[in-house]
Amino acid sequence: MSEELHDVSVVVNGLPRTARVPARRLLSDFLRHDVGLTGTHVGCEHGVCGACTVLVDSRPVRSCLLFAVGVDGAAITTIEGCTLPDGELGAVQQAFMECHGLQCGFCTPGFVTTITAFLDEQPDPSAEEAREAIAGNLCRCTGYQNIVAAVLRAAQIQREITGQAVAER
Amino acid sequence: MTRMFGEPMIRREDPRLLRGEGRYLDDLGSNALAAAFVRSPHAHARVLDIDVSDALDVDGLVAIYAYDDLLGRVAEALPLLIPHPSITHPKTPYCLANGEVNHVGEAIVMVVATDRYVAEDVCDRIRVDYEPLPAVVGVAAARAAAQLVHDDVPGNLAAHLVQEVGDAPAAIAAAPHVLELDLDVERSASMPMEGRGVYARWDSDDRSLRVYTSTQTSTSVRMALAAKLDVPVDRVEVIAPDVGGGFGVKIVHPWPEEVLVPWAAMALGREVKWTEDRREHFVSSAHERGQLHHVRVGFDDDGCLLGLDVTFWHDNGAYLPYGAVVPIITSTQLLGPYKPGAYRVEYSSLYTNTVIVTPYRGAGRPQGCFVMERTIDAIADRLSLDRAVVRERNFIQPSDMPYDHQLQFQDGRPLIYDSGDYPAMLEKLRKLVDWDDFAAYREAAVAEGRRVGIGLACYVEGTGVGPYEGAHVRVETNGTVVVSTGLTTQGQGHQTAFAQIAADELGVPVADVVVTTGDTRRFAYAVGTFASRAAVMSGNAIALAARGVRDKALRIAAEALEVDERDLEIVEGVVQVKGSPDARIPLATVAVLSNPLRYAFDEQAKQATQFARSADIDRPPVAEDDEPGLEFTDYYSPSRSTFANGMHAAIVETDPDTAEITVLRYCVVHDCGTLVNPMIVEGQIHGGVAQGVGGALLERMVYDENGQLLNASFMDFLMPYATEVPVVETDHMETPSPLNPLGIKGAGEAGVIPGMAVLAAAIEDAEGFRITRMPISPSELFGLRERFAAGEIPAVGGADESSAVGQVPRPRSAR
Ligand code: FES
Ligand code: FES
Repeated sequence: MSEELHDVSVVVNGLPRTARVPARRLLSDFLRHDVGLTGTHVGCEHGVCGACTVLVDSRPVRSCLLFAVGVDGAAITTIEGCTLPDGELGAVQQAFMECHGLQCGFCTPGFVTTITAFLDEQPDPSAEEAREAIAGNLCRCTGYQNIVAAVLRAAQIQREITGQAVAER
Repeated sequence: MTRMFGEPMIRREDPRLLRGEGRYLDDLGSNALAAAFVRSPHAHARVLDIDVSDALDVDGLVAIYAYDDLLGRVAEALPLLIPHPSITHPKTPYCLANGEVNHVGEAIVMVVATDRYVAEDVCDRIRVDYEPLPAVVGVAAARAAAQLVHDDVPGNLAAHLVQEVGDAPAAIAAAPHVLELDLDVERSASMPMEGRGVYARWDSDDRSLRVYTSTQTSTSVRMALAAKLDVPVDRVEVIAPDVGGGFGVKIVHPWPEEVLVPWAAMALGREVKWTEDRREHFVSSAHERGQLHHVRVGFDDDGCLLGLDVTFWHDNGAYLPYGAVVPIITSTQLLGPYKPGAYRVEYSSLYTNTVIVTPYRGAGRPQGCFVMERTIDAIADRLSLDRAVVRERNFIQPSDMPYDHQLQFQDGRPLIYDSGDYPAMLEKLRKLVDWDDFAAYREAAVAEGRRVGIGLACYVEGTGVGPYEGAHVRVETNGTVVVSTGLTTQGQGHQTAFAQIAADELGVPVADVVVTTGDTRRFAYAVGTFASRAAVMSGNAIALAARGVRDKALRIAAEALEVDERDLEIVEGVVQVKGSPDARIPLATVAVLSNPLRYAFDEQAKQATQFARSADIDRPPVAEDDEPGLEFTDYYSPSRSTFANGMHAAIVETDPDTAEITVLRYCVVHDCGTLVNPMIVEGQIHGGVAQGVGGALLERMVYDENGQLLNASFMDFLMPYATEVPVVETDHMETPSPLNPLGIKGAGEAGVIPGMAVLAAAIEDAEGFRITRMPISPSELFGLRERFAAGEIPAVGGADESSAVGQVPRPRSAR
């Protein structure tokens, strides 16, 4: 018995990527093992923990619940793509570091992608909205308090960056 | 130079982890074969037959192994890790079931294939015939022993212990007041976000084995594997890569998979990897917490303890590699900050047909704290005294330190508290939570039709158990300070905290320090990371090793600068003469000079050759008692544990209709001695509190009577999300430990310990009837209300200042 393979072509963090995979290949496995971007983590493989969250066409999705063949043609952002173009840490990543928003770091990629998408929609959240925004992701280490702080701090950093950009114009 | 010790320094490991560049187990070995396991669907059964014929034509299958295929010591039962004298009938599992399975999830067959998908296809096609046997589930069934888990273990009894100080039954009999309580805690689990995993490479040319495993103890895995696989220890390397949380479950070793994966790698001459999935983690790793307790306590009119007699039963699951340590810890640590009067404790550790037990963060202390604190609250209730006052009256006083409980602790050493100021801490907590003003708060809430309650709980935690940890510190010739210690890291920020210690001791910038943990290639002697011991043990070992390097650096620099070494200091990585910093020599150069050379392999090395040095030609280049290299190894091995302590208070609101429980405030005061990095310690507290709240309100393993785990997924086993965790308000005290050079006490487990106790107390205070089982769900609380309304359970109504005796109508059952 051998499996039928399918071509999947996606753009991951701005770069085109293609692989031939079986229809049942999960997007999480595709990213981790076929594309080799292991920053996307798998904590449950049943859609509850959020560790595997990536952005598909800018929307946060659980990559363990999608088949790679189902996102053929999509643009995907993983944790590796959350850095700034110059390679420096992005606002959310920077805020996690400043606020001690991670301990073991296993859940972190899913939080960073989730928060990135959230701040695109709500650039100035309240503490309550920040908490609500991360309430679909599990973290066993931090107790979330510093992650909530990181959401608020990331929003602030982003506003500073935008403010600077406006000032420079 | 600013001292880094004590600074809330931002973590140096973070950028790598935040970029997605962490290297967790499954991120390694992209070309390895994948292992998967056929696991028992029965809690208790004989394995009659294994039929693989349907599986053999699956494309990509490499190998199938059952028990009969195992060779040598791999076929022997796994070791009894904690051979405590209380263990009467040790039973450990085999790597693959040897004719019998004793819990759902026990491994029966290992499959190796080209990838995990294929390996699971093969597993699905393997047919195992079972003869189901009656399952023993839960303490009550195990204790009744109508059925046995292991035929040759009478009464299902794995371990039994009695410890006594004075004559507790007599003291209780003579006491003016006596109370009896039954207090139960259900099973929960560590549940790190990353499960277990093992990846092995056998180098058949070098005849050496390298194993990566998501473990809390790489050095001990190495020893165990060398023994099991019959490979010389020096041919085995074990590395803990980035580990996505442990919380206790990853201290068990060697797991069956941890032996089988390297064994298969050797047998096949191929790299093999196994990454645990979440269901496997639920049914084949380990749980904890399940214990039933019966308390008899005698006390005087002031609420002072005269005698305490605790009997309890621990559910250690199907086998006993490690679980016996949990009741040992409960039996000693439940005493908390109190003088118990005469004390007697007796426990029985019982086999059941469920997953094994390993210490889960807190390791028996949350249960102990729950038992003791519920008892103190019951005493306060009986005497209509303020709950804080009763605690205060029973505290060990600072003047009593060191305080000897005259018991044996989990490390076999005497249970002697080294330091702590419990009255001062209670005072801080009362202020932080506004204990004395709660009556007014409650009154206002009641007026709005709301139901609120307050509780507090205290604990003392023995941390930093031995036997030892060590460290190696080396200054490279480019000035980099390389620090290695053997214990492992699962998110505690060791790259940062240990660098802070080394930097201060050595006088170098933190940026120059590189820390390696959990890699036996770098440091082979270690115990592991558990029992809040990493900062205490390796922290002190690193300080001692760094001091050794410093002494050597000063000696070499003094010679080079021709000054007295007592006049030297090291500032920002440069050795200089105090007061005249022009006479200076960088540590990097000292490192070059420390290694006399014959060959000048680069410009810098010339300085160390025999021709460059104006050394005394009558002395050997390396003195008799010296070694080349600017490095030093040292160990820290304390004679006994150091005792941290803390107190938590919580305010909860319970919905009068739905019985939903909301934590409104959660306050923590803790004392873990001197703080290396307060930001990291605070993070540990936050995480612990979240697990404590989860353990009190959400998390439980639900087994049916057949031993099926009914909630083996994150959909059904509820862990707190951000919306279930309260904001934690913290205050600190720093009572240095007199036992170690840095004055550190452990902090890793602290946050979780009083969670169940404090929330039970607060819910009880809100509801007016006793809470004796944890965790408690809204539907259970609702059920208790109905029983209370029916007069089946008695009222409690404290007389705290917070409860304002008799003034505020106490909220009662909903209807
Ligand atoms: S791994 Fe996808 S949600 Fe948990
Ligand atoms: S940081 Fe470890 S799970 Fe979130």
